Amino acid sequence: MMEGLDDGPDFLSEEDRGLKAINVDLQSDAALQVDISDALSERDKVKFTVHTKSSLPNFKQNEFSVVRQHEEFIWLHDSFVENEDYAGYIIPPAPPRPDFDASREKLQKLGEGEGSMTKEEFTKMKQELEAEYLAIFKKTVAMHEVFLCRVAAHPILRRDLNFHVFLEYNQDLSVRGKNKKEKLEDFFKNMVKSADGVIVSGVKDVDDFFEHERTFLLEYHNRVKDASAKSDRMTRSHKSAADDYNRIGSSLYALGTQDSTDICKFFLKVSELFDKTRKIEARVSADEDLKLSDLLKYYLRESQAAKDLLYRRSRSLVDYENANKALDKARAKNKDVLQAETSQQLCCQKFEKISESAKQELIDFKTRRVAAFRKNLVELAELELKHAKRGWAQWLMPLIPALEVRSSRPQANMGNLQLLQNCLAVLNGDT
Amino acid sequence: MAAEREPPPLGDGKPTDFEDLEDGEDLFTSTVSTLESSPSSPEPASLPAEDISANSNGPKPTEVVLDDDREDLFAATEEVSLDSPEREPILSSEPSPAVTPVTPTTLIAPRIESKSMSAPVIFDRSREEIEEEANGDIFDIEIGVSDPEKVGDGMNAYMAYRVTTKTSLSMFSKSEFSVKRRFSDFLGLHSKLASKYLHVGYIVPPAPEKSIVGMTKVKVGKEDSSSTEFVEKRRAALERYLQRTVKHPTLLQDPDLRQFLESSELPRAVNTQALSGAGILRMVNKAADAVNKMTIKMNESDAWFEEKQQQFENLDQQLRKLHVSVEALVCHRKELSANTAAFAKSAAMLGNSEDHTALSRALSQLAEVEEKIDQLHQEQAFADFYMFSELLSDYIRLIAAVKGVFDHRMKCWQKWEDAQITLLKKREAEAKMMVANKPDKIQQAKNEIREEIEEWEAKVQQGERDFEQISKTIRKEVGRFEKERVKDFKTVIIKYLESLVQTQQQLIKYWEAFLPEAKAIA
Repeated sequence: MMEGLDDGPDFLSEEDRGLKAINVDLQSDAALQVDISDALSERDKVKFTVHTKSSLPNFKQNEFSVVRQHEEFIWLHDSFVENEDYAGYIIPPAPPRPDFDASREKLQKLGEGEGSMTKEEFTKMKQELEAEYLAIFKKTVAMHEVFLCRVAAHPILRRDLNFHVFLEYNQDLSVRGKNKKEKLEDFFKNMVKSADGVIVSGVKDVDDFFEHERTFLLEYHNRVKDASAKSDRMTRSHKSAADDYNRIGSSLYALGTQDSTDICKFFLKVSELFDKTRKIEARVSADEDLKLSDLLKYYLRESQAAKDLLYRRSRSLVDYENANKALDKARAKNKDVLQAETSQQLCCQKFEKISESAKQELIDFKTRRVAAFRKNLVELAELELKHAKRGWAQWLMPLIPALEVRSSRPQANMGNLQLLQNCLAVLNGDT
Repeated sequence: MAAEREPPPLGDGKPTDFEDLEDGEDLFTSTVSTLESSPSSPEPASLPAEDISANSNGPKPTEVVLDDDREDLFAATEEVSLDSPEREPILSSEPSPAVTPVTPTTLIAPRIESKSMSAPVIFDRSREEIEEEANGDIFDIEIGVSDPEKVGDGMNAYMAYRVTTKTSLSMFSKSEFSVKRRFSDFLGLHSKLASKYLHVGYIVPPAPEKSIVGMTKVKVGKEDSSSTEFVEKRRAALERYLQRTVKHPTLLQDPDLRQFLESSELPRAVNTQALSGAGILRMVNKAADAVNKMTIKMNESDAWFEEKQQQFENLDQQLRKLHVSVEALVCHRKELSANTAAFAKSAAMLGNSEDHTALSRALSQLAEVEEKIDQLHQEQAFADFYMFSELLSDYIRLIAAVKGVFDHRMKCWQKWEDAQITLLKKREAEAKMMVANKPDKIQQAKNEIREEIEEWEAKVQQGERDFEQISKTIRKEVGRFEKERVKDFKTVIIKYLESLVQTQQQLIKYWEAFLPEAKAIA
């Protein structure tokens, strides 16, 4: 599984691809396989290399790659949202914008403060920040990939023309980011939508299933939001604590090298210990981040998408009911009856179509959710255990010979805290 | 309580003989003046090989008192009733001072950290036994500070702490006893010890600091966690302070300390109040000292001192830096604990709203696990703090005390220098007078000058002796301090690591309990 505790960055080696695992049903399907094979981070953009393998006839080749940027993903997502045909489906949530600002700032500050710290400290901090940067990078790649995979796995969405263009067209899609005016429009649209949503949600649904889903989703969404935020904060404090270990380790190291008494050896060893501890703690916090925080964040977005679906359905229900009323009125007045009839029928069809697919989508959503939570929670627990047990032992192993183990009790199962206890025994006797 | 005394008439010429020496030693513990019974205080110079630590109860470093190496003598004097700080005649009750503890040379093996005064000892114990006892860390006195209680009300309220002593040292009347003390009592003890020992080169452990904010909160009666934390912090600090103080073999002998530990009533140390006359005087002195330090240019003839001073400077800086990092860790861990608790609640809510039963149960379990982990974090934070961080701040203050001792040495040198200069001037004046060859009525003036010269000669010699004395003492003290430091750090850090280990063990337990639940999600 995980390699030894080498320096940081690799901690996302296998588990990072785990974001994919959040959507467990994304079995690689020979018909259409999408992944992001490479990514490049330039000044303020990230360029993803989207790689497709497909046996579908629509594509010119069986395997090809294009380079895409974040805005193009957003464009694709929005095109789904705006497409009426897809109203009955949960649109996979758009990947969040790659945000390296915080990391970049920190790296900059580090560069500025280079003069004020010792060389070891500087290299250590630099490594730390680089690892952080790399982690964020990997995460954003994973999230974009998940989006594409979800679309590719969806039986209807995968046939979307825009999607094919996105995958295949190897020129720039000339999708510019929304300018201010469009952003403002979007903003208003959202406001209208949420107001509407409130109105629409007032309408009681005949169907129990949907009624239940609505209440459930509403509550769930809020709570996931809360949990996600708190989990974020928790992993962040965990990381700061781990960082502190780093500084303590450096200070102890300095003490050890400057001290004249025989305690200096002791200090050096303890400083090593803190360094290793920090690595473990950093990994723990990274894993928590990945397994818990990211999971929650993803489901925050998904539950929002599900809510949107419900909204669309309710909207169409309201439209349907309004069309009914209009039809009745028209029939009563005997004016424009045909028109009213057609519009009513359209609404009816739309509503039923949406309802049908929505039901399936919501059931799928639940299955996916449960599976994803299960997988991630299990992995979280396993990782925590692994860190607490083997992680401590792994750095302990090289440390023990250095401490000249006096009592060499051959222990069969050394992969345990037993080792740390041995270490302590040695430290104790090392007076 | 410093008994003021006249300096021994120097130059008495009486050869130092062991008898007197022993008498002096006997007097050591009863804080009695050597001079009362012995006409001369043996001059340190005449016992070159001996490591005599001047441990006086007054500002007279000429008190020749044997240091702790000569335990057997101490043992003999332990029976002196210490309740009467007044001078007492020599313990002639002691068996003949033929306790010639061998020759000085053999006793010299500087047993700097001999703290064992475990039993009322027979004089003719063999040297090996004494060595053994001194060697092993049989330190037979345990001090605990506990049960903080609030006494009184309003602004006059104070916290009373119970000081419990368990010991088998015979210098105490009982083997286990406890008294009630308040914070100002501790400060009073420290100021007494400092006034007696600091300027002769002993590193007196500093007392915990005052905190007006903290105390006010307690007085006002706020029963919140920060004031209980404050009281606990203070209690632990007081305990460590006392433990350090009694570890010092010389200070342990001090009657003030014993009175502090034993007597049920202690005169209130008013001088420790910040706004008292003594407090202001202290501040003025501090300022004066700071100025003096800058102006004294000492010719350091001994590289050891320079080296050590530099070392302590470095150590000070490093410790401060480390302390800052550890405090940050404490802070972050507390934060982590709070955030984990918040997350636990949130996860519980999420679990509630989840309609898939197995998942819901798993989420609730997760919430429970996180709550337990939060507790763990809190405890770890306490450990971080009380073990690690407080150790560091204690040592930062101890190093300040060490630096103070070095400063005293400088002042001592200054005094010596000044005496030498004055002597020179007087000699010049005398020479002038001799040359002047005036009539007899100047004879008186000449006599005066002669006397003054003699006086200053004596002072110069005294100054030199003092300086050498303080230098010796400091060397020993620093050696002892270093040993203590090493031990302290090792012990505390190991304890701290053990706490980390425990936390990990607990974590393992919790996650192991959770794993099957997670796997059970169908």
